[in-house]
Amino acid sequence: MKIALCVKQVPDTNDIKWTENNTLQREGVESILNPFDAYAAEFALDIKDKLKNTEITVFTMGPNQAQDMLRKLLALGCDNAVLISDRKFAGADTYATGKTIAQAIKTLLPDFDLIICGQFAVDGDTAQTGPCIASFLDIAQVTYVKELVNIDNKSIEVTRELDDGTERVKVTYPVLLCKLQDDFEPSRPLINGIKEALKKEIRICDLNCLGLEPENVGLKGSPTYVSKAFRNISNHNAQKYELSTEESVKLLDEKIKSVEVKNA
Amino acid sequence: MPNGENSGILIYAQLTRENYIHTVFFELLDKSKELASKLGGVEINAVIFTTPNLINEFRESFQNMGLDKVYCFENDLFKNYSTEYYSKLIVNLVNYIKPEIFLIGATTQGRDLAPRISSALHTGLTADCTGLDINEKGLLAATRPTFGGELMATILCKTYPQMATVRPGVFRVNSVYDKKDTEFIFPQYSFEGLEDRVKILDFRNSVDSIINELDSAEIIVAGGMGLKNEQGFALLKDFAKSIGATVGATRAAVEAGLAPSSIQIGQTGKTVRPKLYIACGISGAIQHIVGMENSEHIIAINNDKNAPIFEIADTGIVGDFFEIIPKYLETKGE
Ligand SMILES: Cc1cc2nc3c(=O)[nH]c(=O)nc-3n(C[C@H](O)[C@H](O)[C@H](O)COP(=O)(O)OP(=O)(O)OC[C@H]3O[C@@H](n4cnc5c(N)ncnc54)[C@H](O)[C@@H]3O)c2cc1C
Ligand SMILES: Nc1ncnc2c1ncn2[C@@H]1O[C@H](COP(=O)(O)O)[C@@H](O)[C@H]1O
Repeated sequence: MKIALCVKQVPDTNDIKWTENNTLQREGVESILNPFDAYAAEFALDIKDKLKNTEITVFTMGPNQAQDMLRKLLALGCDNAVLISDRKFAGADTYATGKTIAQAIKTLLPDFDLIICGQFAVDGDTAQTGPCIASFLDIAQVTYVKELVNIDNKSIEVTRELDDGTERVKVTYPVLLCKLQDDFEPSRPLINGIKEALKKEIRICDLNCLGLEPENVGLKGSPTYVSKAFRNISNHNAQKYELSTEESVKLLDEKIKSVEVKNA
Repeated sequence: MPNGENSGILIYAQLTRENYIHTVFFELLDKSKELASKLGGVEINAVIFTTPNLINEFRESFQNMGLDKVYCFENDLFKNYSTEYYSKLIVNLVNYIKPEIFLIGATTQGRDLAPRISSALHTGLTADCTGLDINEKGLLAATRPTFGGELMATILCKTYPQMATVRPGVFRVNSVYDKKDTEFIFPQYSFEGLEDRVKILDFRNSVDSIINELDSAEIIVAGGMGLKNEQGFALLKDFAKSIGATVGATRAAVEAGLAPSSIQIGQTGKTVRPKLYIACGISGAIQHIVGMENSEHIIAINNDKNAPIFEIADTGIVGDFFEIIPKYLETKGE
C-alpha cells in the first residue's frame, strides 16, 4: 500500500499581527502544521497500523523551512518526505498548487494507491487543493472524510460528514481523500525518534525535477490573483454599557422590542 | 485571457436529497441579477441534475425566476450526487455554452464539485466569497475572508469562466421575480469512458440539519463557554423561547458537548444574518465573528468588559448572564 500524504505549513492564525498599514505582518509569525493535516497524518498512520507494508510519503510544497515539519512527520512514523520547493513556485493559487503537487506525485510516486489531504488549510481555507490534485491526476476523490470504517488492499470504506448528514462510501484505488478534523487530539508518540528522523534524507524537488514550464507554476501559472487585501473591519457601531442588572435588563428589553419580528 | 467570446452567468442549481432546490441557489440568483445588469444585461442560466421527469415539477418554479435557460441533465443515476459524472458533464456543457461567470453554492457538495470543474477547465476559482461585484474592467471581483477571517482579499481571475463559490446565508434574497420565457434544454450526453468508483453504501440524516432553522431565523440567541454547563444552555433555551428566537452556539460550546454541531456558527459552522443576534457568554473569536457579523443588530452579554465581542456588538452589555437573563425572564413572567 502506497500513500501520498499532502501537508502544508501555515502561519498560526491565532498569532496574527498587523503592521501599521493594516497589512499582515509575516515576519516573526509562528509556522505550524495545518491543524487539519495533523488529522490527515493520523489517518495515514492508522492505515499503516492496520495494513502491513504500507509506505507513507509526505509531500509538501513550500519554502525550505518546511523541512522541520517534515522531520516531525518522519518521527511520527511516515517513511519518506518530499519538499517541493523552488522560487518559481511562489505565489501559486490552488490551481497551480494542485498542478504542481499532482506532477510531483506522478513523478516520484507513480504507483500510489491513496492520496490523503486535509480538508482545509487554515490560512486560505479554500478546501480546493485536494480536489484540484485529484482532477489533475484524473482519479476519484472523497471529501469531508470523518472515519475509517474498513480497508483492504483493493478498497477503502469511510464515512463522510456532510451538510445534511453522514454518508458511508466505498471506493477502489487509486483515490484521493480529504480528511476532516477528529473529535480528539492527535496524540501519537514519536516512534521513530527524532534522531532517526534527522538521519533520513528529505528529497527536494524543484521545477527541473518536475519537468514543468516556469509559466505553468507559481504566480505566472495561477489563473487567479489577489487584486487587493485589506483588514476586516466591522461596520457595527460598538457601544458598551456597564450598568446595574436592572438597567441591563431594561436595555436588553428595549433592544429586543425595537426589532420588528414576525416569528415571535 | 478576456476574449469577448464568453458571455452570461451560469449558476449550479443544487438539489437537496429531498429534491428541493437548495436555498443558496436563490441567493446566487439574486446576486446574479445585480451582476448581469452591471454587465449590460447578460443572460442568466442554470444547470441542474435530476432523475427523469422531476424537472417537470420544477418547470413552473423556474419559469418565474427570471432565468433565460435551464440546462437539465436527467438520469436515474442522478438520484445521488456524483463528483465524477456531474463534473465531467458540467465541464462539457461549460465548454459549449462558454459563460463568463459560473457560480456554485459553497455547500459540502458545491465545495466538492467546484474545484474539480475549475481544474478541468483550467480556470480560476475563488472559494467562499462574501462579496461579488463587477469591476471597472467588467471582471468579477470576488471578495473573501482569509487567515481565519482576519484578512479580506479581493480576487480577480485571468481566465474564463470566472468561477466562485458562496456559502448559504451570505447573500440575501430580495427581488420579486420577473416572469420570463425560460427555455429548458436537455443536452445530449454520454457516459462513455466514465466510471464512478465511489459507491454510496448508506446515508444517515442528521435530523436537525434537514431544515436548519438558523437559515431563516429573525432572532438568534447564541451561547458560548460563558454559559458553563447544561443549566446555562437550558436557561439560554428558555430565553430564546420567550422572545421567539432560534438557538446557536460557538464551537467551544459544541466541543464541550453543550450544543449539537448543527447549530455551530462561524468559520467552520454556519453563516447567519438575522435581524437580531444576541451573543451570550461568547468571547468573540474571529472564527465566530465571520459567521455572524452580517447580522443587522448585535447584542452581547459578557462579564469581561475587555472581551473582543464588544468591538463588534452594537449593544454591548457588560454583565453576568446568570444574573441578567433570569431577571429578564422574571420581569417577562409578570
Ligand atoms: C480553524 C478554526 C476554526 C474555528 N471555527 C469556529 C467556528 O466556526 N465557530 C466558533 O464559534 N469558533 C470557532 N473556532 C474557535 C474559536 O477560535 C474560539 O475558540 C471559540 O469561538 C470560543 O468560544 P466561546 O466564545 O464560547 O468561548 P471562550 O473564548 O472561552 O469565551 C467565553 C466567554 O464567556 C464570558 N463569560 C464567562 N462567564 C460569563 C458569565 N457568567 N456571563 C457572561 N459572560 C461570561 C467570558 O468572559 C468569555 O469572554 C475555530 C477555531 C479554529 C482554529
Ligand atoms: N503547499 C501545499 N503542500 C502540500 N499540501 C498542500 C499544500 N496546500 C494545500 N495542501 C493540501 O490541501 C489541503 C487543503 O488546502 P487548501 O485548499 O489550502 O484549503 C491541505 O490540508 C493539504 O493537505
